[in-house]
Amino acid sequence: MARAFSPKIVTANHLLEGDVIYQTADDRWSRHISEAELITDEAHAQLRLLDASRQANVIVGAYLADAVAGENGPEPTHFREAFRRTGPSNYVHGKQEASPQPRA
Amino acid sequence: MYRYSEFDTAFLAERNAQFRAQVERRIDGSLTEDEFKPLRLMNGLYLQLHAYMLRVAIPYGTVNSAQMRQLALLAEKWDKGYGHFTTRQNIQYNWPKLNDVPDMLDALAEVGMHAIQTSGNTIRNVTADHFAGAAADEVADPRPYAELLRQWSTDHPEFQFMPRKFKIAITGSENDRAVIKAHDIGLQLIERDSVLGAKVIVGGGLGRTPMIGKTLNEFIAFDDLLAYLEATVSVWNQIGRRDNKYKARIKITVHEHGIDDIRARVEERYAQVRPQFKGVDMALLEEIKTHFALPAFREGSVAAFEGAYTNDPVFRSWVDTNIAPHKNADHAIVTISIKKHGNTPGDATAEQMRVMADLAQEFGYDELRISHEQNVILPHVHKSDLPAIHARLKEHELATANIGLISDIIACPGMDYCALATARSIPVAETIATRFDELKLEHDIGHLKIKISGCINACGHHHVGHIGILGLDRAGVENYQITLGGDGSENASIGERAGPGFSYDEIVPAVERLVYAYLDLRDSKDETFLQTYRRLGLAPFKAALYPEAQADAA
Ligand code: HEM
Ligand code: SF4
Repeated sequence: MARAFSPKIVTANHLLEGDVIYQTADDRWSRHISEAELITDEAHAQLRLLDASRQANVIVGAYLADAVAGENGPEPTHFREAFRRTGPSNYVHGKQEASPQPRA
Repeated sequence: MYRYSEFDTAFLAERNAQFRAQVERRIDGSLTEDEFKPLRLMNGLYLQLHAYMLRVAIPYGTVNSAQMRQLALLAEKWDKGYGHFTTRQNIQYNWPKLNDVPDMLDALAEVGMHAIQTSGNTIRNVTADHFAGAAADEVADPRPYAELLRQWSTDHPEFQFMPRKFKIAITGSENDRAVIKAHDIGLQLIERDSVLGAKVIVGGGLGRTPMIGKTLNEFIAFDDLLAYLEATVSVWNQIGRRDNKYKARIKITVHEHGIDDIRARVEERYAQVRPQFKGVDMALLEEIKTHFALPAFREGSVAAFEGAYTNDPVFRSWVDTNIAPHKNADHAIVTISIKKHGNTPGDATAEQMRVMADLAQEFGYDELRISHEQNVILPHVHKSDLPAIHARLKEHELATANIGLISDIIACPGMDYCALATARSIPVAETIATRFDELKLEHDIGHLKIKISGCINACGHHHVGHIGILGLDRAGVENYQITLGGDGSENASIGERAGPGFSYDEIVPAVERLVYAYLDLRDSKDETFLQTYRRLGLAPFKAALYPEAQADAA
């Protein structure tokens, strides 16, 4: 039996800022995972990753990351993605210094 | 100190202009990321988890006060007010913006610094004993030779696209402070019948297949050394494995062919290349040496030092741990700890960098060193100035008396910054340091090196830590593996895995159990952790780490 597809988001780093960004359903790049498009279909996921990869002058290194639906939009399932959406744990730098998560 | 010649300055300016144009072409879309990535890596620019990271070379760990102030300026102007000193005698900036990097490189060039060959499959920044030129126990200052190697390898046409990166370390002392046996090539300067030369060690390395380097040649005279090294690198360049990234380092070549086979090939190649070296390198070496002439050491009474040592216990404790013997008896080598308990190992603020620059200028003949253990050194200080230096360091949280102790931990950036990481290392280091500071046991425990890496690449040198900690991802959870008995000194050894790993919450208590076991097991206060481990082996430490397993077996 084929394994069920676990939901994904498309994430990358911003070309100029270098910070973590997420692809939204209306084709923007958001700095908040809560605004990311949560993709539940494998074929659609591949398509969205392709869309992202075409925007090489805006982003770097797009990939599909596991996520789950939360109260305020998608949330990470792995600790690496949890750090990416927050920032390092030794200083209040990265996203955690800019604004509280999540923001509408 | 080495001063850039006009050629170097022109070369750097041209490289920086090229990179500025490459950045512009990346931004306007004419370069793809695949095209741009190798170019940015050649200029020390990485993309990490949360931002870009710029890695600046500090050749053989030596900087002057003007350079240190410039490093502070970069931290303030283009980063978040601090920089991270690494185990490769580099400084890393964790938050630059792509657009700003060309300006950062230009600012570095103003003081003769750069980020070239801090990455990529090239001969990397040559590292040297951080006490070079000052240590009481050295045969000769290894830095002129390190500089010769830098000039020889920078942009050497044959060595730009090698099977893999290549790291050289050099020391002038038997007492190895440069971990030369964990490098692709390690050189130890030796004098034989009043001829200076080097013992050549090859094939050391850490990473996923840790190896201790083997002796390729007991002694090669300086006159022949560059030709011999060129032959060595060239043999590897020919027969090294390019098919598999994980088998490409010279340690694998040495392991697969055997040291005797490699030696025979090197000899053969050496016979071919030697005639091409016509002594120009030796003339250059003589010229370079003049840049490393020792300062004219000041004379004067050391009574002020002795008085403070007798009367001030805090000063005494700092002197006992952070000061090393200098070749001039009235002088001392000061190691400034960048490991305040609970702080990120190796992180210094712009203000701290300026304080250290001021101290070097006022008291230290304008010299500073960066150690691979992520501390900063004032290599030449007259002892009578030590009380004033200590007082100034205290005002800026730089006077922690912990060099060589349990809180003097090497930790790589790990999952807090590094895109390759499988777990965090910085908070583990912070918690261990804080914990043993609370227990007030640090000085009683004595010499103990803990080294932490956040993945199998081993940037934190965990294989050669007396206690090594490797952070892994086990089914989506951070898990920490302990190795014991590693050693990065002249008696180098790779640590042994102690058993199953520990979760993030369990790792610090596990280290605490290990240390208490050592305190019970040592035969006297003078027996270090490593000596006790070598005497008794893994078993009693394993029992302390895994008490449940003991209980189950009983
Ligand atoms: C944060 C960005 C970093 C990245 C992406 C990175 C990447 C790597 C990789 C991939 C290797 C393995 C090379 C191989 O086995 O062929 C390596 C080795 C090494 N790195 Fe890093 N590193 C980083 C930061 C650091 C830092 C901060 C230090 C110093 C604290 C460091 C010191 C070293 C050392 C000493 C080795 C050599 C280990 C060996 O002999 O294989 N690295 N690094
Ligand atoms: S050991 Fe791994 S996690 Fe740590 S800096 Fe090196 S590559 Fe990154």
